[in-house]
Amino acid sequence: MADDALALELRGITKRFPGVVANDRIDFDLRRGEVHALLGENGAGKSTLMNVLYGLYHPDEGEIRIGGEPVKMSSPKDAIAQGIGMVHQHFMLIPVMTVAENIVLGNEPRREGAILDLKAAGNRVRELSERYGLAVDPRARIQNISVGRQQRVEILKALYRDAEILILDEPTAVLTPQEASELFAVLRSLTDEGLSIIFISHKLNEVLSIADRITVLRRGKRVETLPSKHATEEGLAKLMVGREVLLRVDKTAPNPGEPLLRIEDLAVADDRGLEAVRGVSLEVRAGEIVGIAGVDGNGQTELIDAITGLRRVVSGRIQVAGRDMTSADTRTVLDEGVGHIPEDRQARGLVLEFSLAENLALEDYRRPPDSRWGWLFPARLIARARRLLRDFDVRGGGPNSRAAALSGGNQQKVVIAREVGRDPRVLVAAQPTRGLDVGAIEYVHRRLVEVRDQEKAVLLISLELDEILSLSDRILVMYEGRIVGEFGPETPEEELGVAMTGGRREVAAA
Amino acid sequence: MTEPQVTPPVEEGPGETVASRFAFYQRAGGILTPLVTTVFAFFIGGLVVLLITHKNPFSTYKAIFNGTGLNWFFPWISHAERVNAAYNLQSTLLLTTPLILTGLAVAFAFRAGLFNIGGQGQYAAGSIVGVWVASSLTGLPGLLHIVLGIVLGALAGGALAGIAGFLRATVGAHEVITTIMLNWIVFWLAGWLFGQQGPLQTSRERSLTQSNDIAQNTHLHVFWGNPILQGLHVGFFIALAMLVVYWVILNRTTLGYEVRAVGFNPEAARYAGIDVRRIYFLSMAISGTFAGLAGVIDVLGWKFVLSVDDIQGQAGAGAVGFLGIAVALLGRNSAVGIFFSALLFGALLNGTSDRHLDPTVFPPTLAENLTLLIQGLVLLFIGADILVIYLWRARRRIVPGKLRSSST
Repeated sequence: MADDALALELRGITKRFPGVVANDRIDFDLRRGEVHALLGENGAGKSTLMNVLYGLYHPDEGEIRIGGEPVKMSSPKDAIAQGIGMVHQHFMLIPVMTVAENIVLGNEPRREGAILDLKAAGNRVRELSERYGLAVDPRARIQNISVGRQQRVEILKALYRDAEILILDEPTAVLTPQEASELFAVLRSLTDEGLSIIFISHKLNEVLSIADRITVLRRGKRVETLPSKHATEEGLAKLMVGREVLLRVDKTAPNPGEPLLRIEDLAVADDRGLEAVRGVSLEVRAGEIVGIAGVDGNGQTELIDAITGLRRVVSGRIQVAGRDMTSADTRTVLDEGVGHIPEDRQARGLVLEFSLAENLALEDYRRPPDSRWGWLFPARLIARARRLLRDFDVRGGGPNSRAAALSGGNQQKVVIAREVGRDPRVLVAAQPTRGLDVGAIEYVHRRLVEVRDQEKAVLLISLELDEILSLSDRILVMYEGRIVGEFGPETPEEELGVAMTGGRREVAAA
Repeated sequence: MTEPQVTPPVEEGPGETVASRFAFYQRAGGILTPLVTTVFAFFIGGLVVLLITHKNPFSTYKAIFNGTGLNWFFPWISHAERVNAAYNLQSTLLLTTPLILTGLAVAFAFRAGLFNIGGQGQYAAGSIVGVWVASSLTGLPGLLHIVLGIVLGALAGGALAGIAGFLRATVGAHEVITTIMLNWIVFWLAGWLFGQQGPLQTSRERSLTQSNDIAQNTHLHVFWGNPILQGLHVGFFIALAMLVVYWVILNRTTLGYEVRAVGFNPEAARYAGIDVRRIYFLSMAISGTFAGLAGVIDVLGWKFVLSVDDIQGQAGAGAVGFLGIAVALLGRNSAVGIFFSALLFGALLNGTSDRHLDPTVFPPTLAENLTLLIQGLVLLFIGADILVIYLWRARRRIVPGKLRSSST
């Protein structure tokens, strides 16, 4: 466990970008054998700081000390030589190569000067994985192993390069709850072996459970460093955001009415023609939020696509407010009262080059008052935008600002303003808070509950169990294209986690 | 409720589609980059003149400038100079006319995220249909005959590009490939139509591989200069009107809104219920209509007859259809920009042609190559300004793409 010797010190790190100070005289230290969490909202400066440490950025001011000695990091190579390893949020692995090949890549053991010694590589990998309790098969191909295993490979890669300091950038973002707790066990065994870990996250509960100390950044400045045993979720949220934040979604008991979205025995194929949704039946009634939980890639995307007319249905039926919408085109579905907050606001929800007024008109431009006989009235687009931007509290730009100029949270507000502003009967929200910070998440959640309270049906699809649990009135778990269980909102996370990985099969009472 | 405004500098990189990338560079460079680009191209061109001919590049450029007729606008030139300048300017604007239209053709497709490089074939299709309509159907009243020829010629260009748009929309065949292939279909079709024993070969002289002359009353009215000496015809105003039409379609119609949405982000457009495939087809068809219009206007304005050589000789990169790409690029797909860049290229073509350039100042054989040289440099620097902006941005983003995916 942690002793008081410092593995790493960052002193007064300042990094400026044009128009913003991303890191403002940040002090940070890491004791040997501790997990030190770096907590902050998007844009608080966590990644900049780590990129400085990893040699990707050069600080304008400040000093990095490793083992008490000042060092200069001019590239990741220097950082690796100093014993720093980084596990990125998006893995840097080659899918068709084996675990061992990936681990030794760039630093391969050789025989007789030139010949790749795969056997030695495999042995070395086996030795490392046994020592740290990181079970992986060195001969397995990356593409055939789970995301959690892939992450272990990334960690092994760093250990293979003799890392003593590990930086983990949002490591649990891609993991199931089970995989996350396995990861935490691995991190514990690493610190027992004397490694030091910097754990970057914006999830409060996991920071509290894994970290020894927590440093909170806000707007490029270090707000506080505190031992995690003295911290609470509420206190940390306040430090991150700078004001009181409502972590629990405030909502009354649901008052479900008639079913507005009804899906019967739906089968949908994915892009490769394989069946991705296999006989899903569900119902969302007016005045309730139904959450679909599941690990990414279990048919959620195809299900949403089918509901919103983006993908043809193989068999089964979809009804919106009693009208058949099976394989109707997107425009018909949207006009029949389905609102869709797409998974990726930048790629699918917005035309970034368009002004906010144009983005807000994306589904209504064909109708009066926006247009008549194909003739567009930009002034009316702007008038509507002005109203929506005010009603939905979008900041950082007016009707004529380009969508690209807004922060992620405000971009999402624009999408929500468009979809909710059309007064849909059914709202499909896919990952509505992905990549947003605490303040913006609070806003989105409040809006979704408001929509529910206006007697609409809300279908929420999210990979974040927290979000599913705090918003949903009913929870359906999707696994391999099927609904494998229905749960109430008070279900423990672990139980959902088991169902999400196919641990139990229960046919949903639809 | 407030969300803290800790917006980091919005690090947007070049976007995902051609159109959004283009819009990005356009914002980054503004009007300055095309201007600087042009000046720089002329500067390098001048260096070449100096090195090869050992002539003063300024006197060469002055001769080219006078050859373009743009000195007509100067109030201080003598009467004799003005007469000559007027003649030169008419020739320049005569070339500017089709360049505006082929520039619009490329630009319109560009706005939908498509690259129409078959402007030359669509231009040829327009001129073939134009010459056919205007040389047959004699007896129609002149105005009706002209309108019919122009409409059918423009539609021919639209239909040809529409094929490429249709293929893109249905089977995903890339329009760069299909428009080039369609070019050659038209070039060889013209060879058959106007060739020996071809169905549209002239009845005047059996050894000539060309069309019949168009009817006298289908000649476009020459409003400035001498009709015998290729004065400026009213087609120039059609081209100017099309600049307005282009702007209006894109900015004031739902179709233009859809085209821009698809061009910037086809995924978001699809998610919003826009039929992306329909837009691909329509924008290619409209694009081709502009190019077809250029072809028919040239026929009715000053060519009056088409020969096989005329069409097949235009397959090279110097032809107006291909020059439209340069016009659109330099004009940055905006109506005003396209007007000025069409004028620049029209002036260049005309000012350096040996008809206008004083042979004692510059050897005629080099003259045309100087045009190509400057054209090439302009295009090169358009590419280079993108490169320059990219490098300039890369300076503060040490790892490109890194910032976009991570949080700060």
